[in-house]
Amino acid sequence: MIPLFIWALDSPLQHPAGIAAFLISVVAPVNGEMAPVATPFFFYLLSGLAVAGGFFVVTRHNPVHCALALIVTLIAVAHLYLMLYAPFVAGVQIIVYAGGIMVLFLFVIMLVNIERASKDRRFNRIWPVGLAAACALMGLFVSAFVKGRGLFPDRMIKLPEASNTQEIATALYGEAGRMGQYTFAFEIASLLLLVAILGAVIMTKKRI
Amino acid sequence: MVPITTFHYLVVAAALFVLGVIGVLTRRNVVIVLMSIELILNAVSLNLVAFSRMWGNLHGQVFAIFIVVDAAAEAAVGLGILIAFFRNKETINIDEIDLLKW
Repeated sequence: MIPLFIWALDSPLQHPAGIAAFLISVVAPVNGEMAPVATPFFFYLLSGLAVAGGFFVVTRHNPVHCALALIVTLIAVAHLYLMLYAPFVAGVQIIVYAGGIMVLFLFVIMLVNIERASKDRRFNRIWPVGLAAACALMGLFVSAFVKGRGLFPDRMIKLPEASNTQEIATALYGEAGRMGQYTFAFEIASLLLLVAILGAVIMTKKRI
Repeated sequence: MVPITTFHYLVVAAALFVLGVIGVLTRRNVVIVLMSIELILNAVSLNLVAFSRMWGNLHGQVFAIFIVVDAAAEAAVGLGILIAFFRNKETINIDEIDLLKW
C-alpha cells in the first residue's frame, strides 16, 4: 500500500505519459479541441517520407525491399490523411492497405521465386520509352500546376474530427435519399469484393 | 513559412503518381509493377482527400474508402493471375510474358 502511495506521488514528468500529457496541455486550448502544431514541419516530413518510399519502390532490386518501402509510403500517406482531418480514411488505409494488401503482396513474393528475380536486371527492355512517357506526364503536371495555381480557393477549413466516422457512416449506410448518398455504391462495392474473392480462388486452383 | 494549402498536397500526389507511372512502365518484375499500380491509386486517394478538405464535405473521403476497397479487390485478382501464370511459365519477368505477340 505504501509503495503504491509513493508511486502515485511520483513526479508526472518522469513518466512518458506524464510528459505527453504536459505537452498536450500546453498546446490544447481550454475547450478541448487540439490546435494544429508545427504543420509545415510534419507536412514536409511526411511527404518526404512518402516520396522517398515511392522512389525506393521503383528502384530496388529485391521485391521485398520494394514492398517494405511501399508500406512506409502507405503509412506516411495515412498520416497525411490525419493532417487533412480524415481520421477514418487514415484508419482504413492502415488496417486494410498496409495491413492487408501489403501482406498479400509479401505472401505472393514469397510464393514466386525471388532469388532469381533479385539478381535479374531491374528495368525492362523498353525502359527509355517508359521513362520518356513518364517525363511527358510530369511536364503535363508541371504545366497544369503553374497555370492553375490561383484557381483553388486558398481556405483550409478545419473539419470536425470527432464526428468524422459518424458522418461517413451516415453517408455510406444511411437511407438512400437525402442522407445516405453512397448506400447503393456500398452495396455494389460488397458485390465487387465477392466477385474478387471468387476470381482469386478460381485463378489459383490447379484444376477448375 | 508558407502555410500549407491544398496545392501542396496536390504536388505530393502528383509526385507519387509520376513515380508509380515510372514503376509501371519500366520495371521488369511483375509484382513490382502491381505495387506501382498501388502507388498510383494512393496518389489519387490523397488528391481526393485533399479536395474533400478544401470543399469541406466528405465526398472525397468516401471515394477514397471506395478506392481502398477497389485496390484490395484488384490486388487479389491480379496476384491470383500472376500465380496462375507463374505456375505455367515459371517466370515473373515481364519481357518473357509475351504470348500475345505475333
